[in-house]
Amino acid sequence: MPSHNPVASDAEARIEVKNTTCYMCACRCGIRVTLRDGEVRYIQGNPDHPLNKGVICAKGASGIMKQYSPARLTKPLRRKPGAERGAAEFEEISWDEAFQIMEERLAHLRKTDPKKFALFTGRDQMQALTGMFAKQFGTPNYAAHGGFCSVNMATGMIYTIGGSFWEFGGPDLDRAKLFIMLGTAEDHHSNPLKIAMSQFKRNGGRFISINPVRTGYSAIADEWVPIRPGTDSALLLALIHQLLKTGLYDRDFLVQYTNAAELVSVDEDSDDFGLFVRTDIPHPKDCFDPQDRVWWDRRQDKAVPARSEGADPFLMGEFTTADGRRVKPAFQLLKERVEKYTPEWAATVTGIPVETIERLAYEMGITARDDKIELPIAWTDVWGKDHDTVTGNPVAFHAMRGLAAHSNGFQTIRALSILMTVLGTIDRPGGFRHKAPFPRPIPPCAKTPNSPDGVKPETPLGGMPLGWPAEPDDLFVDDRGEPVRIDKAFSWEFPLAAHGLMHNAITNAWRQDPYAIDTLLIFMANMAWNSSMNTSEVRKMLNDKDENGEYKIPFLIVADAFESEMVAFADLVLPDTTYLERHDVMSMLDRPISEYDGPVDSVRIPVLPPTGECKPFQEVLIELGSRLKLPAFTREDGSRKYRDYPDFIVNYETEPGSGIGFLAGWRGKGGEKFMKGEPNPNQWEMYEKNNCVFHYELPKSFQYMRNWNRGYLNWAQEHRLTRYAEPINCHIYSEVLMKFRLAAQGKTEGKQPPEHLRKRVETYFDPLPFYYEPLESQLSDKQKYPLNAITQRPMAMYHSWDSQNAWLRQIHAHNHLYMHPSLGEKGGFDDGDWVWVESMWGKVRCMCRFSEAVEPGTVWTWNAIGKAAGAWRLSDDANESRKGFLLNHLISEELPPHADGEHLSNSDPITGQAGWYDVRVRVYKAGDDEPAETSPQFDPMPAVPGTGKTPKWLAYFAGKFARGKNP
Amino acid sequence: MTQLALVIDLNVCVGCSACVTSCKEWNTSGPAGAMSDDNPYGKDPTGTFFNRVQTYEVGSFPMTETVHFPKSCLHCEDAPCVPVCPTGASYKRPEDGIVLVDYDKCIGCKYCSWACPYGAREFDEHEKVMKKCTLCVDRIYDESLPESERKPACVLACPTNARLFGDVHEPESEVSVAIREEGGYPLMPEWGTKPANHYLPRRKTRMHIHEDELVRADNPLKKEERGPSAPVAEPTLDDSTSW
Amino acid sequence: MHPAFSVIFLTTLIGVGQGLFLALFTGQSYSAVELLPSQDSTHFYGIGGFLALLFLIGGLIASVFHLGHPERAWRAATQWRTSWLSREVIALPLLMALVFVYAMMHYFAWDTVLFTSGTGARLQASLVVGTLGVIATFALFLCTGMIYACIKFLQEWASSLTVINYLLLGTASGFFFATAFSAWAAPELMRFYGIWTAIITLAALVTRLASLIRNNRIKHKSSIQSAIGVRHTKIVQKSQGAMGGSYNTREYLHGAPIWMFRSIKWVFLVLVFPVPLALLWLGLAQGSGALLLAGFIVQYIGLLFERWFFFAQANHPQNIYYGAV
Ligand SMILES: Nc1nc2c(c(=O)[nH]1)N[C@H]1C(S)=C(S)[C@@H](COP(=O)(O)OP(=O)(O)OC[C@H]3O[C@@H](n4cnc5c(=O)[nH]c(N)nc54)[C@H](O)[C@@H]3O)O[C@H]1N2
Ligand SMILES: Nc1nc2c(c(=O)[nH]1)N[C@H]1C(S)=C(S)[C@@H](COP(=O)(O)OP(=O)(O)OC[C@H]3O[C@@H](n4cnc5c(=O)[nH]c(N)nc54)[C@H](O)[C@@H]3O)O[C@H]1N2
Ligand code: SF4
Ligand code: SF4
Ligand code: SF4
Ligand code: SF4
Ligand code: SF4
Ligand SMILES: [Mo]
Repeated sequence: MPSHNPVASDAEARIEVKNTTCYMCACRCGIRVTLRDGEVRYIQGNPDHPLNKGVICAKGASGIMKQYSPARLTKPLRRKPGAERGAAEFEEISWDEAFQIMEERLAHLRKTDPKKFALFTGRDQMQALTGMFAKQFGTPNYAAHGGFCSVNMATGMIYTIGGSFWEFGGPDLDRAKLFIMLGTAEDHHSNPLKIAMSQFKRNGGRFISINPVRTGYSAIADEWVPIRPGTDSALLLALIHQLLKTGLYDRDFLVQYTNAAELVSVDEDSDDFGLFVRTDIPHPKDCFDPQDRVWWDRRQDKAVPARSEGADPFLMGEFTTADGRRVKPAFQLLKERVEKYTPEWAATVTGIPVETIERLAYEMGITARDDKIELPIAWTDVWGKDHDTVTGNPVAFHAMRGLAAHSNGFQTIRALSILMTVLGTIDRPGGFRHKAPFPRPIPPCAKTPNSPDGVKPETPLGGMPLGWPAEPDDLFVDDRGEPVRIDKAFSWEFPLAAHGLMHNAITNAWRQDPYAIDTLLIFMANMAWNSSMNTSEVRKMLNDKDENGEYKIPFLIVADAFESEMVAFADLVLPDTTYLERHDVMSMLDRPISEYDGPVDSVRIPVLPPTGECKPFQEVLIELGSRLKLPAFTREDGSRKYRDYPDFIVNYETEPGSGIGFLAGWRGKGGEKFMKGEPNPNQWEMYEKNNCVFHYELPKSFQYMRNWNRGYLNWAQEHRLTRYAEPINCHIYSEVLMKFRLAAQGKTEGKQPPEHLRKRVETYFDPLPFYYEPLESQLSDKQKYPLNAITQRPMAMYHSWDSQNAWLRQIHAHNHLYMHPSLGEKGGFDDGDWVWVESMWGKVRCMCRFSEAVEPGTVWTWNAIGKAAGAWRLSDDANESRKGFLLNHLISEELPPHADGEHLSNSDPITGQAGWYDVRVRVYKAGDDEPAETSPQFDPMPAVPGTGKTPKWLAYFAGKFARGKNP
Repeated sequence: MTQLALVIDLNVCVGCSACVTSCKEWNTSGPAGAMSDDNPYGKDPTGTFFNRVQTYEVGSFPMTETVHFPKSCLHCEDAPCVPVCPTGASYKRPEDGIVLVDYDKCIGCKYCSWACPYGAREFDEHEKVMKKCTLCVDRIYDESLPESERKPACVLACPTNARLFGDVHEPESEVSVAIREEGGYPLMPEWGTKPANHYLPRRKTRMHIHEDELVRADNPLKKEERGPSAPVAEPTLDDSTSW
Repeated sequence: MHPAFSVIFLTTLIGVGQGLFLALFTGQSYSAVELLPSQDSTHFYGIGGFLALLFLIGGLIASVFHLGHPERAWRAATQWRTSWLSREVIALPLLMALVFVYAMMHYFAWDTVLFTSGTGARLQASLVVGTLGVIATFALFLCTGMIYACIKFLQEWASSLTVINYLLLGTASGFFFATAFSAWAAPELMRFYGIWTAIITLAALVTRLASLIRNNRIKHKSSIQSAIGVRHTKIVQKSQGAMGGSYNTREYLHGAPIWMFRSIKWVFLVLVFPVPLALLWLGLAQGSGALLLAGFIVQYIGLLFERWFFFAQANHPQNIYYGAV
């Protein structure tokens, strides 16, 4: 008999099981944490959680190694007097001292010039709180990661269909028959997407992936369509071309639910050129989107009010109105637009064979038409018409940063949204589905101030720090049309920068353009490494001093949980807790975890006490807000309003008595209300009892067609998800964009772009999607730099923050540059050789790896595996810093000087989305005499006080037996 | 006779490695642990894992398939690693076919791992004993767990449900049906080890478009045709005769 | 396979010990039937026996370094029904015991004549013990060889040549040592042992070359196709899920550059066969014990290389799963 008991039980140990929400990534799965004698024994997916239904990913299952990582910061730190920034020489201070330092400095700034305080936050999930703090402080200089992340996806879709992928909606794979995924490696919806994709495949669905690289999800695609980076709009426009040409579009959907049939004035010299023809139909006051457009009725052959009873409009053609104006339906303009975008043309741009493009169009069109879904769900539309069924065309799409992270991404994503619309798949079964609080009006209502007057000492900001401009007058610029924000968001350079341009904050602050700031607070962003473009130079800027020997960015506060590269540059370090140690909310005010069937929000409840002196950043903000006496955190008598963060979450209301707070569930005194209701003192307990989730399932009749579903819209209005219960028609033709173009053409009264930007705004603010080469490509010597370089998310690593994780780093210890073997043949190097990859901005030495799963004009690598020596408490010779590399050194945050200006961000000219994937490179063999090591290298970062020991080996065993087993 | 096993569906495995780390976290604190790691924060980190996911590329661009391939002990029915063990530490449980190592008997001679053609065993450099996938024998019979969770950690974790678990000798079990109906196969059948674990191959869904389908009776383009709008001003018969 | 030094020393040292014991026993048998002059029991068979024992002990010590838990080594004797390793674990101490008794009998002259034949040939008790020793020696060679030969998918090893080579190479080195030893302790046996050494070494050369040729021609049954079950002519591994390496990348890959791997083959072929044979010839010709000892040492070193190569050449099918390093 065996003597070792393979099923030994934990009987003698003290076992506790607690639910909370994972934060090894932004997906926010429900987890169940088992503690043995107070140590984490097991983290599993919570089977009762709507998002992940019990599954977990590689990161989530490695939470133990994050919790006990030696790289954790555990003490507030101050840069040692006399020590240089970047040298990471710190001394421990108390929280009291830390708060004093911040209070003094920030109070002064608030009194004098609040915009000199800038708050930028990275991949966090508490923008509702950080944004509110910034607004209360009165600074416009606030943004989160969206600008360098995927704002193109958000804006491109929201300005077209009132909702987006990303965290606001997605493909209905339960019912889809054909699924096309573009430019997605992993995305935020990590586990749910995986669950859905495998079910979809097993149900016999057909899955096509359009991506220059075949890994991860693309690996299991039924068909892989390799595409040249940055050319998706060419493909999408050609698909639309083909669908329009063959009549494979959903006419009824287009007519009723989009602006396709609405007439646009096309007389160049008329006042309303390029705008929709409007009638003076009376419409309710306080209306967001007056339904005052016009159709050309086929039967009466004349203009009639859009959607009037019995009317059947032309989608194509040109007409002359009674008053002699030439008009065309928006769809006709689209048809004219895509005329030249033939499959033959697209083939030369994308590298995809003509037959494939045609076939893709047919597959989409035929599936949409012939596999129609009809669900016996009765609903009523906003116009009062009853429908017995909900119908759907089962073609679903998903796309992410492969489209978004190009400087033509906005228009590409517009093209995609229009393709989805043309196929009639918006918020219908088998197509795209919204998630609360979406859909929203186009564009959503939130606005920034529109002049510098919005920024005043001792006063909250006169608007939101971030918003959704609907017209030039919404821009946040001064009289000369110059930006008010440090990142130049909402200026004429990036008018629709709905998420800000965090990637330019440091460069602009360093150049003091448009002005100098004093204090920069960075929370959960590693801007000295992977979230900066041009990383090497940005590191210098963070350290740069003026003639007087003062740092150009005078004071830098970093709130981080680990010894990241960013920490080295801090003047003050605030040690944050881990996700297992704090309260948190995934709020409806931010990015909740809603499902297609209704709103869902969730919380984190600590399962462990904070380590060392770690303090949740939420608590830091509440404390600071109270000390600075920001109105929202202070009672009338000036005393502190909230004891702590949990207290804040329960009792804060967006406006006194609004009944709207961070959490939507169990509101009202006894928890009987939801979405809206008085604070409930027991709200946290109720979340705790319910797997940390609040999930409201909408009645079936409210679950579809929500842009036009009267029941849903009224419900949403009643529950204060939205102000307006009006139809949200899809914008085939974007009047919003046209208004900016008209301003650039000098045809409008309102705000006008500065001269040097007129051409740029006119060109890119095209009301219909068009193909253009990404800006950096346009300005690159493509003979010299023939290749596109892109990155992908590895599934088992989250950005830069998992290299401290002893288990995950074994899966990705370093990265390679993947490329087609033909490049090696041409360049005379072999698989595994050290090569230089060089862009016009710089070069990086790395190891190459040949692959047949990449488009031959593309090289790629896993993102953020490479690290700076010594960071994350890795040894100086760790693989991450010696063999791993960061592509960001090759990517500039600014375009080369050109006609439109000198320091324009390397971003989408409409939204300011960072153009990560636009860089052009060449690859050549490294010299035999060169060291077999990554270049550039940086001085190793020393261990900072409060971080842990790094043992030579480790044998984790949770609980009281541990003593015997651990080294 | 019962033979428990995993069936891994390569058709849906996206190579996420959830099965890798969930296995490690479950087992490191269990009877099969601790699972040590060397140089956890240094050069060439390396540790004991019972399951790893590998990646293969099949074919040439653009006809490339990328295959993610998880592999743990296959719990061979004719396990060559068992008879060679000089101490009897390596054994196959008659009741369920799970192949295990008795750490108290193992002398760390590594011979069993030489005898495994699949590279499924891993020597723990610190406990100095041979380790391997236990098929989570400490979970699957644990009656303190809800029935639905009496499954291996990797199976519960897998986001694509690519890992099926059950008795491959029970013809109607989920795993047997999958093997039978989805073309499940064993690895390296040439050695007669009869691995209990099986793999399900890639399966493709294709669409065939018939020319007829491109033409449609109610083609919406027809609705855009405007009737001839006759110009009133141009000459007609009316201008030349009155009959 | 990654050559483990403990195993290299284990197999080569016990090989010498086994061979030396066989040599002593052969000598004594020849003497018993008076084909050779009889020797001083204490100094030749006694000391010789202890020397053989020393080699065996050396091997045993080396083997301990291979074990994670040597304190439990006794357990390794339990599975003799199925495990060649277990059988070796039994055979080795058994042989050591017999060699010890054999040496003691000679050293302390406890030997008795059990029987004298008509022709004057005497059956000594030590010869009986020696015979048992010989059986144990062959059993041990068989076990050692079979440990490797029985793993059918290690195709380079899975051959009777593996057992024969263990037998012949061990015996050759033992006889060589006996030759050198006799130069001091029993010069009149020097030539006898020398000739046997040459014969066995040449035989080993033949069988070892045979195994090299065989291994060169091996068609491996497992392929990447059968390993992952995908049928395609072009399959390339891109990652193995552990970038810092794993037990599987350390234990089964010799890690030496290909030039080194190839040259080691030539090194061992030269060091095990022609050089020692030349030294043997010279030593015998000049009656130089020093040259003979040098010959033995060279051959032993050659055997270390031979064993390294034996391991390194074995291509474990598991390596198919660990090809992308
Ligand atoms: N495991 C893990 N999950 C994560 C993250 C992480 O770091 N790790 N990060 C999270 C964050 S912040 C984000 S923003 C999301 C991002 O989620 P994704 O957008 O899925 O992530 P990326 O890695 O940027 O993927 C871009 C994909 O687009 C492809 N691509 C690049 N250029 C083009 C192109 O021009 N056309 C097409 N069609 N494809 C192209 C790339 O090959 C790659 O597959 O992931 C989130 N999820
Ligand atoms: N080349 C290239 N660069 C890219 C991208 C790309 O595709 N290619 N993607 C971009 C995208 S989409 C994004 S979103 C950014 C992400 O970039 P960042 O937002 O900078 O993400 P991380 O690098 O993970 O840095 C987050 C920081 O948060 C810290 N942290 C982790 N957990 C906690 C916590 O609980 N509390 C606190 N206070 N800190 C914590 C980590 O230690 C780390 O320093 O990267 C961008 N950079
Ligand atoms: S997908 Fe993200 S949130 Fe979900 S388990 Fe993995 S790391 Fe955690
Ligand atoms: S968890 Fe599932 S999908 Fe992920 S690698 Fe393992 S088997 Fe594949
Ligand atoms: S896979 Fe290897 S270790 Fe597992 S039973 Fe088969 S031979 Fe033994
Ligand atoms: S390492 Fe342990 S289990 Fe393996 S053969 Fe040796 S004693 Fe048996
Ligand atoms: S069955 Fe258990 S031990 Fe085996 S690979 Fe899965 S989790 Fe690991
Ligand atoms: Mo992102």
